[in-house]
Amino acid sequence: MSVDLQTVKRVARLARIAVSEEDAERMTGELNAILGFVEQLNEVDVSGVEPMTSVTPMEMKKRQDIVTDGNKAADIVANAPATEENFFLVPKVVE
Amino acid sequence: MSELTHLTISQARAKLRGKEITAAEITEAYLSAIERANPVLNAYIVVTGDKARDMAKASDAKLAKGEGGALEGIPLGIKDLFGTEGVHTQACSHVLDGFKPRYESTVTANLWADGAVMLGKLNMDEFAMGSSNETSYYGPVVNPWRRSRLDTVVMPTTHQGDGGFVSAGGTKTARTLDNAQLVPGGSSGGSASAVSAFLCAGATATDTGGSIRQPAAFTGTVGIKPTYGRCSRWGIVAFASSLDQAGPIARDVRDAAIMLKSMASVDAKDTTSVDRAVPDYEAAIGKPIKGMKVGIPREYRVDGMPEEIEALWQKGIVWLKDAGAEIVDISLPHTKYALPAYYIVAPAEASSNLARYDGVRYGLRVPGKDIVDMYEKTRAAGFGREVKRRIMIGTYVLSAGYYDAYYLQAQKVRNLIKRDFETVFAAGVDVILTPATPSAAFGIADEDMAADPVKMYLNDIFTVTVNMAGLPGIAVPAGLDAKGLPLGLQLIGRPFDEETLFQTAAVIEQAAGTFQPGKWW
Repeated sequence: MSVDLQTVKRVARLARIAVSEEDAERMTGELNAILGFVEQLNEVDVSGVEPMTSVTPMEMKKRQDIVTDGNKAADIVANAPATEENFFLVPKVVE
Repeated sequence: MSELTHLTISQARAKLRGKEITAAEITEAYLSAIERANPVLNAYIVVTGDKARDMAKASDAKLAKGEGGALEGIPLGIKDLFGTEGVHTQACSHVLDGFKPRYESTVTANLWADGAVMLGKLNMDEFAMGSSNETSYYGPVVNPWRRSRLDTVVMPTTHQGDGGFVSAGGTKTARTLDNAQLVPGGSSGGSASAVSAFLCAGATATDTGGSIRQPAAFTGTVGIKPTYGRCSRWGIVAFASSLDQAGPIARDVRDAAIMLKSMASVDAKDTTSVDRAVPDYEAAIGKPIKGMKVGIPREYRVDGMPEEIEALWQKGIVWLKDAGAEIVDISLPHTKYALPAYYIVAPAEASSNLARYDGVRYGLRVPGKDIVDMYEKTRAAGFGREVKRRIMIGTYVLSAGYYDAYYLQAQKVRNLIKRDFETVFAAGVDVILTPATPSAAFGIADEDMAADPVKMYLNDIFTVTVNMAGLPGIAVPAGLDAKGLPLGLQLIGRPFDEETLFQTAAVIEQAAGTFQPGKWW
C-alpha cells in the first residue's frame, strides 16, 4: 500500500500537525519508503496467532477505589502556557 | 583532579567509603571536566552545578558518619527523558519548551535515595526517536571516539596520551586521529558520550528499540536494557509504552550492575512494573559460566554485514567456549520481521502518547485563529521532522480501514517473535550471543542515512527483537575495528534473568578488556 498527497494531508489533519504543500510532498515520499519497508510483514503466516496484548504475562493490578492523591491544582497548572485561577486558558471553543 | 573522573563507580565507592576522597571533590572534578568538554561534545544540555554541590555535601555528611546508600556520593548524568523535579525536562524537544516537572521519576528518585549526585540532564534524540542523536532540538552529540590510522613510529613519546598503544621493542604503533566527527548513536547519545568521555561516573538511559545498547556499542561502554517491567516507567516521558524500558550506561559491567540494582523497583504508579525482589546483580560477576548453553542465532548473519562484525562475533564465541560454555546453533526464524513490525507498533503507540502535546497543559503554544488551528500550529512548530514522521505513520496505521492490515498484523508477528525466543529458552539455551550493531559509529550528517529514513532504522536490526519480546539485553564492548572504533557484542537473556547477562558479559569483558577514547577535546 502507498499513500498519495491527499492521504498525507488527511493524516496530518488527524494528527493535528499543520503541513505546508512542500512538507506534504516530502512526507509522501518518506512515508511511502517506510510503508514499503513494512510491507514484508504480509508474507508472514499468522493464521491462528493471537495479537500480542502484553509482552510479559501479568495480571492487572487492582487497588481500592479511593482518593490517594490530589489537592495540587497549582502544581498541575504550573507549566501551562496560559492559566487563570487554576484553570487552563484556551481559545474560545463554543460560540 | 582528572584521575577522579577516571574512577569506575565501584572504585569511587570504595574510596568514598574509605574516606580517601570526598563526594565534593569528585563532583567538582566532573563539573570542571564537563565545563571543558561540553562545548565540543554537547553531551549535556543542562548542568545542575548547584544541585550537584548540595547533594555532594549531603553525601559527605552521611559518609563521614559511616552511613550512606549504595551510590552515596557518585555523580551521575540523567537522560532528558526522565522527569526531574524543578529541573529542565524536555525529551530534547521544542514542544516541551520550558517544562520543569513538579515531580521526580521513580528511577531517578531511587538513585537519589541511594545517595547519587545529579550532574545535569543529557542530550538525546527528540522523544528518544533516532539512532544517531541528531534529531535533538539541542543539536547533535559528538562521539568522543574518532577514526584513526595505525602508524609505526620510532619516537616512542610523540603520541603519548593520543590513544596510542605502546608495543614491545623500540618502536611504537600509534593511532593518528582523524578529524571527522562521529555520532555516538542514539537515542541515549548524550548518556553514552558522557560516560565514555569521563563526564559522569554513569548515566541513566532508556531503550525502546536499541537506544541503550546501540550507543553503548558505538562508544565502548556497557549498556543494559532490562526486562520489560524491571524498572518503573513512571515519570519518564513516554515514547512507545509497551517497549520503553530504563537502564544504565556505564564504563564496565560491574558499574552497570551497581546502577541497575538501584534503578529497578516495583512501583504502584506503574502497573506494568513487576513485583519481584531485585537481586544483587554484582554478585553474579565472576561466577563461572562452565556448562552454560550459549545460543548463536543464524538469522543474525545479515547480508552486507562487515567482515569485522562477523570476526568479532566469532571472537566472542571463542571466549565463551574457552570459559567452558557450550555453544549451540539456534534459529529465531522471525528475526527479519522484528524491525518492520517495530515500525508499526512503536509509531502507533507514539502517535497516541504524543497527542498530549497540544499547547494547553505544558510547553510551547503557538497562537491560532481557533483551538484546532492552535493545536496544529503548536505541533508543527514544536516537533522535529523525525517525530512528525513517526506520528504520521502511527496515525495512518491506526486509522479506520488500515488497523487490521498494519497494527493487528504487526502485533501477531510480535507474538511469533516472542515465541521464537521462548522455544530456544525452553530447549535449554541460557543466553544468546549476537553482534550489538551492524556497523561501528558513522559520521555526523551521513548523507545516505539522511536521504533514506529506513537506512537509519537498520541500525537497530540486532537490538529491536529484544524489545519486541520484552527480554533483557546487554551490550558489552568487545574490540576495535580497523579504524580504531569500538564494536560491541550483545547478550540476550530469559525474562528477569539479568544476572546471567552480567555473569556472561563479565567473561567477555575479562577477555576483551575495556576501551577508552584517545582524548582530543
